[in-house]
Amino acid sequence: MSMFSIFNVSGSAISAQSQRLNVVASNLANADAVAGPDGQGYKGRQVIFETVPMGSDASAGVRVSSVQESNEPLRKVHNPGHPSADAQGYVTHSNVNPVEEMVNMISASRSYQNNVEVMNTAKTLLLKTLQMGQ
Amino acid sequence: MITNMTSGLDFQAKALVLRAERQQVIASNIANADTPGYVARDLNFKEAMAAATGAASSSGLRASSSQGGGANGMTHANHIALSGSTVSLGGNPAHLAYTAQSQPSLDGNSVDLDRERANFADNAVRFEATLRFINGQSKTILSAIQGQ
Repeated sequence: MSMFSIFNVSGSAISAQSQRLNVVASNLANADAVAGPDGQGYKGRQVIFETVPMGSDASAGVRVSSVQESNEPLRKVHNPGHPSADAQGYVTHSNVNPVEEMVNMISASRSYQNNVEVMNTAKTLLLKTLQMGQ
Repeated sequence: MITNMTSGLDFQAKALVLRAERQQVIASNIANADTPGYVARDLNFKEAMAAATGAASSSGLRASSSQGGGANGMTHANHIALSGSTVSLGGNPAHLAYTAQSQPSLDGNSVDLDRERANFADNAVRFEATLRFINGQSKTILSAIQGQ
């Protein structure tokens, strides 16, 4: 029964989207993190999606091929009184943009919901197929 | 005699398999809605159905001569076409097409999520309709057999 592979396809998408949500969560949690003694602040991370063929020609799943760090410059704030300030009085923060991360979060959760709905529909159809002829 | 009774069922069974196949293609599109570079696909149900039913045996040769082979697993125009009893797309991906792009995006992804969701719901309803046809026909045949 070819429709069983819908569960594999949607399952891979759900897992990929939840990984994306995880990355968004850690980015948002570290949005205000201050650089440690080595001067290296937290760099925002992003997942890279990739299509992966699943069995037949018609089905294509998703997987996270890599998690990459953002190359944007770290945010520097002039605050001489801060204990982590450098010689010029600048404090290095992470380079996370909270607005972008919120948008990312909404997009990921919508995609997650879509795939859950696809799985539910496929399950209903399969159950009805099981009752065929009764 | 018995073939006359079940030929209608056979037709619906092929339609059901193709509906399941299309459901799978659309599910793949929805799953890949955020994948850069993914090109959405869809199943041309009319063509696939025509190839799956009796038309396959008669149009198989014509298709192979115009497309240079490929239909029903033929690689040469003089080969005899396989019977169209199997409707799986595994060996015949010719009916899988690429959907037209309505709103191009910069990352090369051509999935239109609204359209895919509409297609998915539409296909689910048609799948269920085919199921009901099969149920109704099998009930008819059963009552004919039992003669009650």
